[in-house]
Amino acid sequence: MASPTTVTTPPAAAPARVAGPRRARTKPTDRGLDRAFRYLAVGSGVLILAVLAAVAIFLVLEGLPALRDEHLADKVQWIPEGGTLWSLIGPLVFGTVLAALVSLVIAVPIAVGIALFISHYAPRRLASALGYLVDLLAAIPSVVFGLWGVLVLAPKLQPVWQFLADYLGWIPLFAGDAHGNASNPPRVLMTTAVVLAVMILPIITAVSREVFLQVPRLHEEAALALGATRWELVRMAVLPFGRSGVISAAMLGLGRALGETMAVLMILSPGLLYSFQLLVASQQQTIAANIAAKFNDADDIGRSTLIATGLALFVITMLVNMAARWIVARRKDFSGAN
Amino acid sequence: MPATPTLAPVTQSSQELRRALTAVDPGRRRKDRAMRGVIYGAFALAMIPLVSLVWSVLTNGLGRFDLYFLTHSMRNVFGGMDAGGVYHALLGTILITLVTTLISVPIGILTAIYLVEYGQGPLARAVTFFVDVMTGIPSIVAGLFAFALFYLLVGPTRSGLVGSVALAVLMIPVVIRSTEEMLRLVPHELREASYALGVPKWLTIVKVVLRTAVAGITTGVMIAIARVIGETAPLIITVGVTDSINRNVFEGNMMTLPVYVYRQYAAGLVPCAPGDACIETINYDRAWSAALVLILVVMLLNLVARGVSRWFAPKTRA
Repeated sequence: MASPTTVTTPPAAAPARVAGPRRARTKPTDRGLDRAFRYLAVGSGVLILAVLAAVAIFLVLEGLPALRDEHLADKVQWIPEGGTLWSLIGPLVFGTVLAALVSLVIAVPIAVGIALFISHYAPRRLASALGYLVDLLAAIPSVVFGLWGVLVLAPKLQPVWQFLADYLGWIPLFAGDAHGNASNPPRVLMTTAVVLAVMILPIITAVSREVFLQVPRLHEEAALALGATRWELVRMAVLPFGRSGVISAAMLGLGRALGETMAVLMILSPGLLYSFQLLVASQQQTIAANIAAKFNDADDIGRSTLIATGLALFVITMLVNMAARWIVARRKDFSGAN
Repeated sequence: MPATPTLAPVTQSSQELRRALTAVDPGRRRKDRAMRGVIYGAFALAMIPLVSLVWSVLTNGLGRFDLYFLTHSMRNVFGGMDAGGVYHALLGTILITLVTTLISVPIGILTAIYLVEYGQGPLARAVTFFVDVMTGIPSIVAGLFAFALFYLLVGPTRSGLVGSVALAVLMIPVVIRSTEEMLRLVPHELREASYALGVPKWLTIVKVVLRTAVAGITTGVMIAIARVIGETAPLIITVGVTDSINRNVFEGNMMTLPVYVYRQYAAGLVPCAPGDACIETINYDRAWSAALVLILVVMLLNLVARGVSRWFAPKTRA
């Protein structure tokens, strides 16, 4: 700020003297209450960073006893016999990622469809009201989703899962139990993933919708002028433009599905296996649900173990979210629309 | 590719040419129709869970939803007794949310002010980035953090305050985001006019910027409250459960609505001896009714938030 003004001052002698004080003036010159208020504002900004750092630090501090202990399996009963902390964290991470990925596979196509419906298909006047309906899904507390999922949805899904096990059982994901049946009651990963998919629909839809609405008008009109049908317009102008937006939306949804607790806790019958069987009960468990289920009855070392698993969840979700944000930020630089 | 009209029939009637130009060949039209169906279908599919959920909460929850349910706790209620309510949970939810709001709102608004009015350079960029990252913290991890924090400071403890700290970690980023958005909407001319009158910056922010944005900020805060009021997992860890009324946020277990729903569900069906005054599904019934109360609270907050922004929005356009 200071340098251009000094350059433009015409007299030759002046700049050398003026440059000093001018540069100093770029620093805030407030005092008294003004300064106090600025410190307060900056302080809360710093506090945010401190809180995030504190989350990491306190989790590490509390998790350390479990990370250090070599005879953990003798003290914590739910770690498999003769195992270490990793034989607990491993299957849990596997279950968490599997549940989140399956829910993502279900949710993303539907969410993209809804986003396209609201941005390009629905009548203009209805569009925002219909969008609000989808946002309503986001307002419903997760525990209510869990209650609904286990008492209402699960019984209705059981025949569907049985059908999948009967006819698509040769795919390892849909393989039934020893008798080729899907579990009944279906407190299985697939049911959980369906409920998780419903829960992450709103966020994926919201982000995708924003991106689709940003598609440059000229691109769309060019496509229409070339005689494109509505679908060709979507495929040639909207989807290529929105691809990175949809990817980051999916990753935000993934982050949410990874950390979701209540729906999993209430629906899934837990197990600690590296199993891809989505239709059989007691195979997998997620980190978050495991913590919520065991924390209150655990002793000190047990709590420490659970906090160590929580640390793993924290790291995974942070990475996923940072990647999503990074994609969004990178997109902003490139798109000419904004 | 489009059905290009052949150049030969120039002599033909213009009507035929018109038809050839406007018609889409059947393959493409079929595909267009099919995809239209798929996309309408996706929306309809998403409405099924919403409708089904609202319907089942209403039909299952209305049965026990009355004044008795709202004004009684679960103290001395056991087995299949036709009794018990959510008073203690409602009270706990209100108190804990109040404390959470008291922690989050000042920090959130001040940080937003920092980002909009003061923020430049690497610190502001870092804060913006990490606020985004913070929105992604799993709620259970926030609960673990609050527990670990109090555990290291004062030893093992469960109280409403610990839960409030956990919820604040989840609420602060939401408040920051919405407040920031509202502050950026305040026209620059207002600030400049204020500076021109010699008003110091902090007074400009408090009396002009915040005054202008107050409706939007209130809306944002209420939506943030609606979001954390349904959080369950961190409260299970940090606040625990109780069947009695506890009005003290600083000591002892408290019950909250979402945890109440979970606990009642987890209690499961009651084994009833025939001939007893005993309701087999009483726990599920209570869970549904509490879920109804919870949804009503969340919807009420959302509606009021929308009302605030509609009725008290400043007239910024000249």
